[in-house]
Amino acid sequence: MIDWPLVSVIIFLPLIGALIILFIKEDELTSINIKWAALLTTLGTFILSLILWLQFDYSNPSYQYEEIFRWFDDFNFFYHVGVDGISLFMILLSTFLTPLCILASWNNIKKRVKEYMLSFLFLETVMIGMFASIDILLFYIFFEAVLIPMYLIIGIWGGNRRIYASFKFFLYTLLGSVLMLIAIIVMYRNTSSMSIEFLQGNYFSYNTQLFLWLAFFASFAVKIPMWPFHTWLPDAHVEAPTAGSVILAGVLLKMGGYGFIRFSLGMLPEATEFFIPLIMTLSIVAIVYTSLVALAQTDIKKLIAYSSVAHMGIVTIGIFLVNQQGLEGAMMQMISHGLVSAALFLCVGVIYDRMHTREIEFYGGLVQRMPLYATVFMIFMLGSVGLPGTSGFVGEFLVIVGAFKFSSYVVIGAAFGIILSAVYMLYLYKRIIFGTITNNKLADILDINTREKIILIPLAISVILLGIFPNLFLDPMRLSLELIITNYEIANAK
Amino acid sequence: MATSIIFLPLLGFLFCFLIGKQFNYKVYQISTTSILFLCTLFSWIIFIQFINNKETEIIFILNWITSGNFIVNWSIRLDTLTAVMFIVVTTVSACVHLYSIGYMEEDPSKIRFMGYLSLFTFFMLVLVSSNNLLQMFFGWEGVGLASYLLIGFWHHKESANKAAIKAFVVNRVGDFGYAIGIAGIFYIFGTISFDSIFSQVDRFSDHQIQFLSFSFPTLDFLCFLLFIGAMGKSAQLGLHTWLPDAMEGPTPVSALIHAATMVTAGVFLVARMSPLYEFATFTNLFITFIGAATAIFAASIALTQNDIKRVIAYSTCSQLGYMFFAAGVGAYNASIFHLTTHAFFKALLFLSAGSVIHAMHHEQDMRKMGGLFKKIPFTASMMWIGSLAIIGFPYLSGYYSKESILENAFYASNGIAYFAYLVGILTALLTAFYSWRLLFLTFHGENRSNNKTYDHAHESPLVMTAPLFILAIGSIFSGIFFADYFIGYYKKEFWDNAILLTESSHKYLPLTQSLISKSAVAVGILVCVLIYSNNLNRAKNLSYNLDPLYSLSKNKWYVDELYHKVFVLTFFKLANFFWKRGDEKTIDGLGPNGVSWIISKSSSYVSLFQSGYLFHYAFAMLGGLVIILTWFLYY
Repeated sequence: MIDWPLVSVIIFLPLIGALIILFIKEDELTSINIKWAALLTTLGTFILSLILWLQFDYSNPSYQYEEIFRWFDDFNFFYHVGVDGISLFMILLSTFLTPLCILASWNNIKKRVKEYMLSFLFLETVMIGMFASIDILLFYIFFEAVLIPMYLIIGIWGGNRRIYASFKFFLYTLLGSVLMLIAIIVMYRNTSSMSIEFLQGNYFSYNTQLFLWLAFFASFAVKIPMWPFHTWLPDAHVEAPTAGSVILAGVLLKMGGYGFIRFSLGMLPEATEFFIPLIMTLSIVAIVYTSLVALAQTDIKKLIAYSSVAHMGIVTIGIFLVNQQGLEGAMMQMISHGLVSAALFLCVGVIYDRMHTREIEFYGGLVQRMPLYATVFMIFMLGSVGLPGTSGFVGEFLVIVGAFKFSSYVVIGAAFGIILSAVYMLYLYKRIIFGTITNNKLADILDINTREKIILIPLAISVILLGIFPNLFLDPMRLSLELIITNYEIANAK
Repeated sequence: MATSIIFLPLLGFLFCFLIGKQFNYKVYQISTTSILFLCTLFSWIIFIQFINNKETEIIFILNWITSGNFIVNWSIRLDTLTAVMFIVVTTVSACVHLYSIGYMEEDPSKIRFMGYLSLFTFFMLVLVSSNNLLQMFFGWEGVGLASYLLIGFWHHKESANKAAIKAFVVNRVGDFGYAIGIAGIFYIFGTISFDSIFSQVDRFSDHQIQFLSFSFPTLDFLCFLLFIGAMGKSAQLGLHTWLPDAMEGPTPVSALIHAATMVTAGVFLVARMSPLYEFATFTNLFITFIGAATAIFAASIALTQNDIKRVIAYSTCSQLGYMFFAAGVGAYNASIFHLTTHAFFKALLFLSAGSVIHAMHHEQDMRKMGGLFKKIPFTASMMWIGSLAIIGFPYLSGYYSKESILENAFYASNGIAYFAYLVGILTALLTAFYSWRLLFLTFHGENRSNNKTYDHAHESPLVMTAPLFILAIGSIFSGIFFADYFIGYYKKEFWDNAILLTESSHKYLPLTQSLISKSAVAVGILVCVLIYSNNLNRAKNLSYNLDPLYSLSKNKWYVDELYHKVFVLTFFKLANFFWKRGDEKTIDGLGPNGVSWIISKSSSYVSLFQSGYLFHYAFAMLGGLVIILTWFLYY
């Protein structure tokens, strides 16, 4: 193994990059240097995170690359980070998407480039930090810190209704945060420990579990988001700049799913058992309801945002099935959605940069002018539809397989998503890409350029790679998930 | 060799897709076509090996998904059924590739077209050679994708785009059943690879499964779910609406995908799972019924359509109905036999129709044709051969397979099978009628097109006529050549447990029944000759006199209109309702907007207290003092 603190380096490398950028004076000429510095930093982080994957020990279910030191003397609060099979891919997702975000913002961010790049680098640090934390308080600090750059990115570089969107985003998330902080304090008072590793068990009385579960639920259900806490998402997406949407859909939504697995399943097994019917009902409503709402949208980004809620419905079903297929399916679905929806938002960004509108009606017939764009868009659309051979299929199907053991109603609900996702995505694709160009403004629209190719093609390749060789991803996460399931079953068998 | 059959077309596709535009388009046309001919050669070699009783072989490629005990591999299952499907798919596909070189001559996207055809062939081959249900699903959805891309190939046409979406979505409705079926099979059997499922079937013959609070016989239930998938792909009654619209695609596509190969995937699925279906008594009755109903329903529509491709499309739908009711009565070999012969003559019909359309400068309306026999005699003769084969003219291919289906339905000895038998004979009559009507309207009688088009009508080039010739050979001889192996004397050795064979001896229909079925065909032809032989006036009068029936048939029994009202409009209404009322009014109204409204309202009320008048404050202080004093006096 590596004897230098790899995880910490990955966490703080973007912050170091940010420090360097801080000392670059911003003007017309140097803004390019700022962009390059940001890009190189994030690329370096990505390469380092690949080492995490390559050196990862598949036969070890618990944390690897652990680093720990005490932060306060009279208080069991540690700087404790590490990676296990569950967080590994969440970290990789963050490090993979951030450089693409920087590239996607290369030309379309014109004001305050320096602050923008600083926000993104800071965001990357806190995202990775959150997934790598093994201490609850550390987790909480990172979890909340994500809000700051995101709030700024939407509020400063966003669209016209950015104030309303960021206000809504903040209001929802704040509610969850407060309750979560209380829950963490309760946990510490009960056990005098803040180690996620230690708390993975069944340490709380039944009633305490119920309270804690609801407190965490308030936070994660808003983040992921579950119906009916989802309405902040479409607004936030629509107003956020492209790269903001990418991170929002690609990584931030996964914080909810990740939290459910770690906290609800891992630490509060008995309460989870009690609340499973609630989650299943909300998830099925989410799949059917938001899929239909997606169908009626007139704004491309809003449509994709609603489809995200539906896809996350599959994730929550998978997580709370608490069996091997369900959990692995949910993880695969999260990874897949992280790539596919990020890619779809990037695709929207491509035409938004050219035309400055996201109205579906404005477009039509793009394939006549942008064949390459149409092709990559097609691949991501199929990933979103869950065609076998793309990443979307594996997760969705594993969840359906896992759900059969649980309840036939859930199977029907989850499988219903198969039909509806095809309807709204194909309908969207038809309206934007196919047909003849009727809008004169589109007559000279250019196909994707080299920079955009560099962004989109790796994503397209990974969408297909995940579909054909899902075991690359399933193998490392298997034992960590098994550990969660075993703990859960032991707790509920009592 | 089997591996190369499957992956060569994929290579062809990647060649077109990744390095298109590097070379002249001819390079791509020739390379993809020759790849397919090579595959055809290999397939026939394998098929001949199986005629000589080669053993079933399973080639492991790679582990695909492992999740707990859910383990799925990429692998190739090579047995008789696969070998049969290989020759069908590769032969027709090779012919269509070759034909497309001529047919798409003037199209700017030739390379893309060839690529898609190869991609389709790859997925279809994966489908038929899969050793488990999930890999089959991969092929299943893959051909759906290729079909979607090819129906919408001319993406500037709005109608083509609509048809493409319709095809994909209706298929998805079927896939909904298929996907749940796979999950259910895994739940019951703990595996989804074929041999392991079949070896456990006995144990579950009396098993019950709980689903949506009801209890069903397990095997019936699982087979039913899979059959929903098959109905979608094979355009059976209820999920048939996409197939006629799919004719928006270029004609070679219709021949390959929507006649010969993809639409038969449902039949293939049932045959592949035949050891399971054997125990699904109720589902088999259902399949028989749906098959028979589709056969006559589609044939009744084909009678009055004027678009040459639509007539053939409904005919395909109807013939698929035959295959299904054969499978429903347990005659899986007859079903696959009809699938094989049908592939040849239906591909022939479509490609000939394409040749007509090519000659007529993309005119598809038969009312604007007529008398073309003189201009394009070769195409016309090919169409004649195809039509004779489909109506079951003695010793042509359709004769053997259709007879075999009717025999099996007749001897199946249950009410629904007998119903299917009667419907089968009636459908044969209708088939004869519409096939003859097509021939008359297109090739005979007087010319009804404008003279310029008629004068320019010309026979197609060799690249288009050669495939017609190959398929014609197949349409004539595939019956007589294969009958012994598929349904006759050697069937047991030939099939070698690849599909389930129910009865051991081959029985012929009693003489009277046989005569009835043959005279039905003759009657169909006769009626058609009476109506259409001279001109169209008689047909027009007849359609006027039989109006309600005629309109019903002409408008496809209004199924599309019904679906549009019941599903499409409802969905959009619901969508808007959820969005405007649900999200915006209710959730946002009570949630963030509501909360902020309450806060700002209540704060504005509270701010009223800050009036700035001294007497207000003095009064409030006095009031406070009174309350505090009272409180102290009591305690």
